[in-house]
Amino acid sequence: MKFLLRRLGFFVLTLWAALTLNFFIPRMMPGSPLNALRARTHNKLSPAALQQMLTAYGFKPNQNWFVQYLDYLGNMLSGHWGISIGATLGTPVSKLIGQALPWTLGLVGVATILAFALGSLIGTVSAWRRGGKVDSILPSVFVVTSALPYFWVGLLLILVLSLWTGGLLPSDFNYDNSLQPSFTLPFIGSVLRHAILPAGTILITSIGGWILTMRNNMITTLAEDYVRMGRAKGLPNRQIMYGYAARNALLPNLSGFAMSLGFVISGSILVEYVFNYPGLGYLLYNAVQNTDYPLMQALFMLFTVAVLLAVLLCDFATAWLDPRARAKG
Amino acid sequence: MTSLLVQPTGAAQAPTQTRRRGRGGILVAVLRNRKASIGLGIFVVFCLLAAVPQLFTSVRDPNKLAFTPSETPSGAHWLGTTALGQDIWAQLVYGTRQSLVIAVAAGLFATVLSVLIGVSAAYLGGVADDVLSLLTNVFLVIPTFPLIIILATYAGKGTLLVVLIVLVVTGWSYGANQLRAQALSLRNRDFLESARVRGERRSYIIVFEVLPTMTSLIVANFLGAALYSVLTAAGLQFLGLGDPNSISWGTMLYWSQNQQALQTGLPLWSIAPGACVALLGVAFALMNYAFDEISNPALRPVRRPRVRRVHS
Repeated sequence: MKFLLRRLGFFVLTLWAALTLNFFIPRMMPGSPLNALRARTHNKLSPAALQQMLTAYGFKPNQNWFVQYLDYLGNMLSGHWGISIGATLGTPVSKLIGQALPWTLGLVGVATILAFALGSLIGTVSAWRRGGKVDSILPSVFVVTSALPYFWVGLLLILVLSLWTGGLLPSDFNYDNSLQPSFTLPFIGSVLRHAILPAGTILITSIGGWILTMRNNMITTLAEDYVRMGRAKGLPNRQIMYGYAARNALLPNLSGFAMSLGFVISGSILVEYVFNYPGLGYLLYNAVQNTDYPLMQALFMLFTVAVLLAVLLCDFATAWLDPRARAKG
Repeated sequence: MTSLLVQPTGAAQAPTQTRRRGRGGILVAVLRNRKASIGLGIFVVFCLLAAVPQLFTSVRDPNKLAFTPSETPSGAHWLGTTALGQDIWAQLVYGTRQSLVIAVAAGLFATVLSVLIGVSAAYLGGVADDVLSLLTNVFLVIPTFPLIIILATYAGKGTLLVVLIVLVVTGWSYGANQLRAQALSLRNRDFLESARVRGERRSYIIVFEVLPTMTSLIVANFLGAALYSVLTAAGLQFLGLGDPNSISWGTMLYWSQNQQALQTGLPLWSIAPGACVALLGVAFALMNYAFDEISNPALRPVRRPRVRRVHS
């Protein structure tokens, strides 16, 4: 219980730190958001509307900064994320995010979990068959793939599988624009076809890390006494491999999974940009291009919350699976 | 980028290894390891390109729009020309310097920062440790790339310095975490105890007793941080958040994407600089992994099937 409380405390503290960074960065950096906003909305909006928007943004330069800060924290946590001041002028930020979120969750979420599961499995097998054919090539190959830049793999896939095949696989957007979103077969098929290349990019670049860490963990675990004991008892290989070794080797990987989510998010921004995939990463890119401060702030908070939630969940899972973690807390 | 997580699992064995091997041993070990020598080879070639680009191309001002645009590869232009009329090979050669400098400098400073914070956290213990490791964990978890994008936007389209600072600030935490764990495991070793009994100062113990035993982990951290910097800097420039007039691989990628190089039949314009980024990244990753193998014998490739017979 103490362990869980500590982790919860860490969650709250990190969230606070991220939100605080998010608040102070624009205020410390050269170039005033206010001027950028004025320039952007020069002719489109009345001074009153501009004022209202600034208030929603939480930017009241004349007010005590501490009051501003408290207001900002309250707004962020209660979902009052303000109104977009970029290309999608006047749309509530929460609506924009609501539209983009499912696409990112579907694409990046599924690809990441797939990479983790597949990578751990391949790593387990590779360590088990130490010195076998698979194991002698695998590490080198995946050291290479895990060092490839996300966007380059994306560009390469577009070139080879989309352009050279005469558009066999689409390289743009999330579904065919001529279709109406609905739960029909053609629409779902179109969504899946559009997801193949971006998901493949994420899979290729992220699977290597899982294979290598899992392999290395497995090798260390296989030298443990309880594995030898299992062998001495004459347990079937399959049981020793999955039930004895892999179960324990997976534990450090699990916390690595949560930590790596930050990397995956970074990668997915580039992937979504390369494929014009209208998810959160693409939204962030557009927000940056249009100096859309409220949208940027809300997105950054969301990304942080996502990683933190994953870390928290993995902590809980570790505490549930590993008695040692419970005892240590 | 998850490759950053692929770092010593059995790092605890490192100190005994380095001590036994003595001077020059690491170099021999690197040269004997195939992964390490390939990585080192690529790295050395890039260093050459960065140091004397004049030797590899006759073009002197690679950003000048001096040639016929959109030419396919030929004897005069090995990789063709861009849609704007620059020689792609020349840009590639001259771009090496900035990409390499960013990688090495950011990797170096990030490593120094992680050594400072990680080792002092472990060695000081108590409240200082709590505060420092909390700081490390916070930085570890906050998604850095969105933060970098936002930082670079606010700081105005990044000059080299801005990109460097941003990379260092966001890149040190992973190493600090590892070094702290390693230093913690060293804390109660006899040779440190004896130094303490001798009455040495803390700073002396940290610099001359603790750090040398951690060399291999520190080098591994540098390689990891350099890999992270190469990829992140290129990504940042690709998105157009670097200086669009600078000469680097990331900037080339930005312009090629801007001009739709893939769709207009100039695939080399965007594939070639990307391949260079990938190659440099691979060089760092290979050296890193090889270092892991050298410091942890359990991970080395098994040549003979002897182990297998025992296992199955």
